[in-house]
Amino acid sequence: MPNTHPCKLVVIIAEEALEGPLAKDVMALGAHGYTVADVRGRGSHGSRSGAWDADKSIRMEILCDADTSLAITRHVEEKYFRHYAMVTFVADVGVLRPQKFVR
Amino acid sequence: MDAIPLFFLLGFAARLARSDLKLPGQLYEALSIYLLLAIGLKGGMELAKQDPLQVLPQALSVLTLGVIIPLVAFPILYKLGRFERHDAAAIAGHYGSVSVVTFAVAVDYLTARSIPYEAYLPLFLVLLEMPGIAVGILLARMGGEMRSIKWGPLLHEIFLGKSMVLLAGGLLIGWAAGPKGLAPLDPFFFVLFKGVLCLFLLEMGLVAAGQAGTLRTSGAFLAVFAVGMPVLSALIGTAAGALIGLSAGGTLLLATLAASASYIAAPAAMRIAVPEANPGLSITAALVVTFPFNILLGIPLYDRIVGLAYGG
Repeated sequence: MPNTHPCKLVVIIAEEALEGPLAKDVMALGAHGYTVADVRGRGSHGSRSGAWDADKSIRMEILCDADTSLAITRHVEEKYFRHYAMVTFVADVGVLRPQKFVR
Repeated sequence: MDAIPLFFLLGFAARLARSDLKLPGQLYEALSIYLLLAIGLKGGMELAKQDPLQVLPQALSVLTLGVIIPLVAFPILYKLGRFERHDAAAIAGHYGSVSVVTFAVAVDYLTARSIPYEAYLPLFLVLLEMPGIAVGILLARMGGEMRSIKWGPLLHEIFLGKSMVLLAGGLLIGWAAGPKGLAPLDPFFFVLFKGVLCLFLLEMGLVAAGQAGTLRTSGAFLAVFAVGMPVLSALIGTAAGALIGLSAGGTLLLATLAASASYIAAPAAMRIAVPEANPGLSITAALVVTFPFNILLGIPLYDRIVGLAYGG
């Protein structure tokens, strides 16, 4: 599509307990914003039904430039991977109005 | 037989039988908000009638109780159970904190038997929620890897977590408005209370049975601890209740609070403050074993213990 611009989509699926800390971290690392949704599913740490407090998971999506995506993934890897159940991946996407997401 | 625990059993059995019964997550959230507010309001309303000079020393003793219980639980888990320090400390913190629903079931137990109790006891529920968690975190941090604790976010989590805000907020509203001010809210908060508690217990049954599989991997020691520790805590709570001059009914509530383990506030705080602790262990102990034990067998047992202590 001619009117889209390349951008990185960072997706972090994590325990709900991390929503606050993650939100703070990604903004400090240069993201312009993020979207969070409640999710449920199954992975190497077992299944998460999302039915009650300690069993909730979230999916956080951040649209940003390549440098920020690298900073976020490095940070998440270093700070959270060891002790928390989480999945992180980065995708190349095309966005409209790129000035909303990249520096 | 009280009807309320049966709802827990219904949920538990339904999940074990793989029924598709499921309460919407938002309903669970709404029910817990309702329960916390209602309990806070009721306690606050009664607190307004009390002499602060009489309640203050009791409140301080109850805070101390919240510190003692995790200090008793920790060596049992760490030395006898041979858990890692962070796991032992996190589990101890869960047992130092309290379960609101267990408290509500105990209140229902007393009401059904027309046993009088100090109706301001929800104040103690508020006071007991926090110290156990703080002691658990300190115990986790005392050994070996001394990492500085970030108290700011942690205190925020503890004091401004939803259960604390709703309980303490309800308590304050009830205290400020008094029985007259709350009278128009009676039908909603007090008459409907039992029905809501039943729905919540149905959900707790579903959740507990859903987690029950973790018992297989968590080891026999934890299961024994999750039954033995509440009884030990109830004994300590009974002694505390007698010491501070509560009635037999009030002492039963305090013993039940002491015996209960948190599965909402403590897991959230521990996950942030002690990330290396395995949350599965605490949840299995507190929710899968101790919670059902307390509401089905524990409360009648503690009633006996209190009866013996009070020569009844």
